[in-house]
Amino acid sequence: MSVTATELDHHDDHDHKPSGFLDRWLFSTNHKDIGTLYLVFSLVMFLIGGSMAMIIRAELFQPGLQLVQPDFFNQMTTMHALVMIFGAVMPAFVGLANWMIPMMIGAPDMALPRMNNWSFWLLPFAFAMLLSTLFMDSGAPAAGWTLYPPLSLQGGNSFAFVIFAIHLMGISSIMGAINIIATILNMRAPGMNLLKMPLFVWTWLITAFLLIAVMPVLAGAVTMLLTDKFFATSFFNAAGGGDPVMFQHIFWFFGHPEVYIMILPAFGIVSEIIPTFARKPLFGYVSMVYATASIAFLSFIVWAHHMFTVGMPLGGELYFMYATMLIAVPTGVKVFNWVSTMWRGAMTFETPMLWALAFVILFTIGGFSGLMLAIVPADFQYHDTYFVVAHFHYVLVTGAIFAIIAGVYYWLPKWTGNMYNETWAKIHFWWSVISVNVLFFPQHFLGLAGMPRRIPDYSVQFTEFNQWSSIGGFAFGLAQVFFAIILIHACYYSKKKAAAQSWEGAKGLEWTIPSPAPHHTFSTPPKINKDQLAAGHLD
Amino acid sequence: MAQASGGYYVPHGTKWPIVGSIGLTTAVVGAANMLNGTFSSAQAMMFVGFAIIVFMMVGWFGQVIRESEAGTYGHQEDISFRMGMMWFILSEVMFFAAFFGALFYARMFALPWLGGEGTGLSTHDTLWPSFENIWPTNGPAHIGGPFETIPAFDIPLVNTLLLLTSGVTITLAHHALRKNQRTPLVWWLIATVALGATFMYFQVYEYIHAYSDLNLTLGSGIYGSTFFMLTGFHGMHVTVGAIMLMVITYRCMKGHFTPEHHFGFEAVAWYWHFVDVVWLGLFVFVYVV
Ligand SMILES: [Cu+2]
Repeated sequence: MSVTATELDHHDDHDHKPSGFLDRWLFSTNHKDIGTLYLVFSLVMFLIGGSMAMIIRAELFQPGLQLVQPDFFNQMTTMHALVMIFGAVMPAFVGLANWMIPMMIGAPDMALPRMNNWSFWLLPFAFAMLLSTLFMDSGAPAAGWTLYPPLSLQGGNSFAFVIFAIHLMGISSIMGAINIIATILNMRAPGMNLLKMPLFVWTWLITAFLLIAVMPVLAGAVTMLLTDKFFATSFFNAAGGGDPVMFQHIFWFFGHPEVYIMILPAFGIVSEIIPTFARKPLFGYVSMVYATASIAFLSFIVWAHHMFTVGMPLGGELYFMYATMLIAVPTGVKVFNWVSTMWRGAMTFETPMLWALAFVILFTIGGFSGLMLAIVPADFQYHDTYFVVAHFHYVLVTGAIFAIIAGVYYWLPKWTGNMYNETWAKIHFWWSVISVNVLFFPQHFLGLAGMPRRIPDYSVQFTEFNQWSSIGGFAFGLAQVFFAIILIHACYYSKKKAAAQSWEGAKGLEWTIPSPAPHHTFSTPPKINKDQLAAGHLD
Repeated sequence: MAQASGGYYVPHGTKWPIVGSIGLTTAVVGAANMLNGTFSSAQAMMFVGFAIIVFMMVGWFGQVIRESEAGTYGHQEDISFRMGMMWFILSEVMFFAAFFGALFYARMFALPWLGGEGTGLSTHDTLWPSFENIWPTNGPAHIGGPFETIPAFDIPLVNTLLLLTSGVTITLAHHALRKNQRTPLVWWLIATVALGATFMYFQVYEYIHAYSDLNLTLGSGIYGSTFFMLTGFHGMHVTVGAIMLMVITYRCMKGHFTPEHHFGFEAVAWYWHFVDVVWLGLFVFVYVV
């Protein structure tokens, strides 16, 4: 049950928000305002990246070339991935971290508030650069978001822009991650021991470590691409003693931890929501922390499972296969704990809970197809087919993005002081969850039947599944426009006010402060009362 | 404008990050256009961007230094700064790790395979059957032409000793600061800067020698690529570190820092030790082995 405000809930916070628009948003050092900036930016990028997906699905509605040229199609697949990964998913998680972590640990703000501003304000510039390549004569990058040489080196003027844009995004991510770690390790209220922190905080602590460890490696990899193209180096040129496959190793040393960067905070969100609506403490809190840390550790030693078909010694293939399958163990612990949390819980199914439940089920499907892909001999069949596309969209859309949407519905009352419209939100949920499966489930079959990814045309026998997929895609895209409308309504027009503790079963320091959260919270560290701690804490 | 919020200092509003974003973007858009050759003043645009970045850094650090000298920061803020610097240095370590990784991969895997080792011989057999894997190499196509390398136990060894000594002098400076002996503090810092500058002089000398006498260039295949990228990025870091050292030397001369409270000093010292350690890796894996 959501809890709405009573007249008791008047708070007088001398908010002293900056009054000017520029002062408030451009020069902000406030974790809540910067969190809002991140979230709004992420929504805009989500819709831009989504429009690119619509172009892809429209072209794939029929075999043959209908709407776009093959090169433009490749630009769309490349840009869709870059925009969604670096523009939508990662900034959304950082936005949620900005908003929630200080409130969850009883801190007055992020540890380094000025740097926090810079972490955000690099992103609009980086994406302006990236998106500007769409208007160049030679078009946007079209070699895939993984930028494999030698193909990526053969692009036009967009190449240097993409590389530098990635550098800016990397600087932004590293500064954001440093800030999150410093905040969590240094800004906790007295009594908020590490093993009493909400799981969202834990998952972000580990994610931030991953970001600091691998974003510089991506920067190094793309720098080598840049010098190979413009400064005559031979890193990825076999004639000079280098190796194009070496790029893939360096890239995926970044790339595999990157996928956990996009899923660990999602695990954290779901671990907050399920206990609230099951009205039970999180089952196996400590094992959740250890599982998260194990996944993070394993993420560094499995990267070449993306490269089984490019040529590797047999010993390497076997090692990367078994190491990858090992990840199923800590991930299984997590799924088991979520299910056990719900076991005999007093469950209700408000919108955040619905999204979290869908996450658990659909992310697990994505995990299973990941296990299939980890098997080397099977991967020789699946590699670069739509099976892979189906796999990573199950983990990234019904995984990461579903968790983000769950988190937005869950915490929006705290941010705005308003409840969203529950009926519309439920419609949004069912509309999305059905359409997303129509969109991505048939892609498993297409992949198993041999349809390659990143191709604008296909054999006629793939037509029907592609049409289902496109119809699902259009419906899912439209559902997210509806989501944006629900959010605008909730922020500006909703009459239903939220209480400080917006959800009956919610625990945690963030629910002890008024809704909407005042501009400054916990200016002096709160005294922590044991029953206020997030569900699942140790006694 | 800024005011303390409860215990922890939370500044209210800052214009420097947006200036920094404008500077960085101007610089990289200029650089991208310069590389693409799209318009003639792109290079100028890049330098304007760099100038804006320098302006931002002077302004931002200046503000923080003024706040620090005014006693704004307590113990908890100090820990935030320390963590910020430590994790930043870790990110730098990982950046170098990418280039060391490229060097190791090329030497341990790519070149042996090109030389015919292993079972996947097609590149060797079909393209370059005569290629033998002997380091240093510029690859089977001899990209960049014949070249000679710089012997390790010559200038590079001197440079190693210079940097190791500078690690000692900055530690002595730190001890002097902790004992509040201001004159030795400044002189040890000046010695550190001088050692760093001498290192850079030798590096530049070595680069000129490599380009003009040895035909060793960035374009000398995988050897030239890894050699110049690793030593080049290291040299850039030494330059930045030396500038940071000069700033704190100036601050020490102006009477900044106390024996208990000198995060800025320590951050620079950590950074200097980091470039020192990277150099040791370079000396062993780029020059000696
Ligand atoms: Cu992976």
